[in-house]
Amino acid sequence: MALLQISEPGQSPQPHQRKHAVGIDLGTTNSLVATVRSGSADILPDEQGRNLLPSVVHYEAEGVSCVGYEAAEHNSSDPLNTLTSIKRLMGRGLDDIKRLGNSLPYDFAADEGGMPKIKTAHGPVSPIQVSAEILRKLAGRAELAFEGMLDGAVITVPAYFDEAQRQATKDAATLAGIKVLRLLNEPTAAAIAYGLDAEENEDTSAQRLIAVYDLGGGTFDISILRLSKGVFEVLATGGDSALGGDDLDHAIANWLCSELGMTHDLDPVEQRVLLETAKCAKEELTETDKVELDILDAKLVLTKDQLHELVDGLIDQTLSACKRAIRDAGVKVNLIEEVVLVGGSTRMPRVAQKVAELFGRQPKCSLDPDLVVAMGAAKQAEVLIGNKSADDMLLLDVIPLSLGIETMGGLTEKLIHRNTTIPVAKAQEFTTFKDGQTAMSIHVVQGDRELVSDCRSLARFELRGIPPMVAGSAKIQVSYQVDADGLLNVSARELSSGVESSIEVKPSYGLTDNEITQMLQDSFSHARDDMRLRALREQQVEADRMLEDLRAAIDKDGESLLDTTELKCLEVALDELQVLRESCDDHRQLANQIESIGKSSEDFAARRMDVSIKQALAGLSLDEALDK
Amino acid sequence: MSIAKNFFEIFSLPASWELDQSVLDKKFRTLQLTFHPDRYANKNDFEKRLAVQTASTINQAYETLSSPLLRAQYLLKLEGFDADQESHITSDGQFLMQQMLLREALSDAKDCANPKDALVALSIEAQQAAAKIQSEFAQYFNTKEYNQAFDALAKMQFACKFVSDISRLEAELEEL
Repeated sequence: MALLQISEPGQSPQPHQRKHAVGIDLGTTNSLVATVRSGSADILPDEQGRNLLPSVVHYEAEGVSCVGYEAAEHNSSDPLNTLTSIKRLMGRGLDDIKRLGNSLPYDFAADEGGMPKIKTAHGPVSPIQVSAEILRKLAGRAELAFEGMLDGAVITVPAYFDEAQRQATKDAATLAGIKVLRLLNEPTAAAIAYGLDAEENEDTSAQRLIAVYDLGGGTFDISILRLSKGVFEVLATGGDSALGGDDLDHAIANWLCSELGMTHDLDPVEQRVLLETAKCAKEELTETDKVELDILDAKLVLTKDQLHELVDGLIDQTLSACKRAIRDAGVKVNLIEEVVLVGGSTRMPRVAQKVAELFGRQPKCSLDPDLVVAMGAAKQAEVLIGNKSADDMLLLDVIPLSLGIETMGGLTEKLIHRNTTIPVAKAQEFTTFKDGQTAMSIHVVQGDRELVSDCRSLARFELRGIPPMVAGSAKIQVSYQVDADGLLNVSARELSSGVESSIEVKPSYGLTDNEITQMLQDSFSHARDDMRLRALREQQVEADRMLEDLRAAIDKDGESLLDTTELKCLEVALDELQVLRESCDDHRQLANQIESIGKSSEDFAARRMDVSIKQALAGLSLDEALDK
Repeated sequence: MSIAKNFFEIFSLPASWELDQSVLDKKFRTLQLTFHPDRYANKNDFEKRLAVQTASTINQAYETLSSPLLRAQYLLKLEGFDADQESHITSDGQFLMQQMLLREALSDAKDCANPKDALVALSIEAQQAAAKIQSEFAQYFNTKEYNQAFDALAKMQFACKFVSDISRLEAELEEL
């Protein structure tokens, strides 16, 4: 879904002008925006020169009062209206949030769809809206730096984010009016920042195995990659999308709580004070062996050894995930040549020490672990927007969790296994179990457990209109398609009758397209006209692109790949599109013509793709292939 | 689907059991450098969608050819023997006996004093058994004795399942 165009109505972006693209690291604790200038990735700071933007939004009755450092100042004084660590709630339902326990001191109100909303002075807000505020602030920094509009962004997500969390992130960007070029996994982004850097001064012909250990504020990822000549191939990924520095703070806060003999339910202010103290203690203990704490009229001492006792269990959980990822990658730990540390929580010496023990080598952290993800994302954005030639870089990423379907008895049948390279498409046949059954309910789930109840439910839909048949004779083909953002599309088809049904998977806890449209409209003063103009402009851009692409294609391959009738039809359709493009102000009419040309030229496009596959391999003789 | 050709043709490779993995790796990267959706980020929606489909097919072809079991299955499918459609159980008594003994050894290993070492030893044995069946398959397939090759495939499935069961147990032990 692309509702927003980036340039204002009437101002057509000039195709050959350099475009403004950024990489955004939307973090649990801090967020950043970076861009590539004269070949190197730079963080875009705020007007005070600060790189980070605390991922904090403060609400007043009238709405958002401030975002970032200013908002963080309200942390202790107005905790219920100061929203922090919102990333932990993205794509999650109320049940998940209950499992996070008392770690987030908010009042929740459920909306009809089961998506949690947080009660604030301004009324209930969804995590997606809060994230959109942070993104909008970052986009503002970029536009200030560019002195112009932002053309697109690569937004990073934890590699272990599931479908619902990814979709929620994309929705937040849409809501903030940002065109998402790609959702990029955080460890992969870090690898780009490191990998390209390293390539310039090292032997480029060799393949290298690297591991990226990314412990952020609220999420943990481990990725094992194979690097060769600018190709970043993720072999396996693992992690925990609800484990991060926050949890280390909570472990310390719980200890404080018991030392202080506080047995009552803590009020939000007390909770924040304890957490702040815990965080400071954790940070100070990176330098010293013990720290004295003044808290709520009491004095406490926390030593390094005590700290280790408190957090070792959590760090060990991350190491288990590392072992699993190494096994999934099918490699031995001693073949991994480099381990990279990413994420603010890896500043804790205990984490680095334990990682070094597991991998048997000293981890690398020559780039600032807080900045590296945004820098890698900026490099990818530069390629995708078309400013930089893509010839020397390619990312091959994987899905973190298996995708399956519910079968009889509440069991999961996996269609796509975890760590499969994306994009990926898989189809499987199922059949009816009752005589004369005319509908089939399809339940899409994500996870690696056998029971559906242990997996995450992504979507349910129904295939109707199956012709009545004896049980077991219908052939229902269910197809899963995961795109390069890691987002899923599901379709189902009865093969003998051709009855078809498909959905873009919208997670149970996400926003519907209508809700997003509504929120977007609400945020414009002259909503309707604006939206229409934007939609029209967007279709015009699409029409231009199609005219240009298809005419070039006809020039090149029209005679060889199309017969006379096909060629004639396509040319007539394109001329009609050209006329509509110039004269029509109804975006729907334009969209229909684009859609119909698209459909009728699919065969042509497919034939061209076939030819270019041959060309891609032609000239790649065996010897060359081996040398490369 | 656009490239409705077989997985070997996608990589311009002969449909044979023997395959040089490093050649396949190179060709795979060459194709993805051309067809990955990142290369189509600036194209129209239809070309984008086509790139997603094409890259998906290339990924699936690569996965299939890279795995000995999936490759064997696919080769026989091209010859009209579809292991997805008909289940076949081998009647090779010696093989079945060997697998039964391995299974017993596996359940003993779980309960013995040093399960990790026992599993490593068993894993080596299982992989040797799997390699032996693979060469059996290759021999029958290359001489076009497809019925026997199909029987060997059934054994390969058996042996692969066993190897993966061992590594799952190893994983469970490691994560304790």
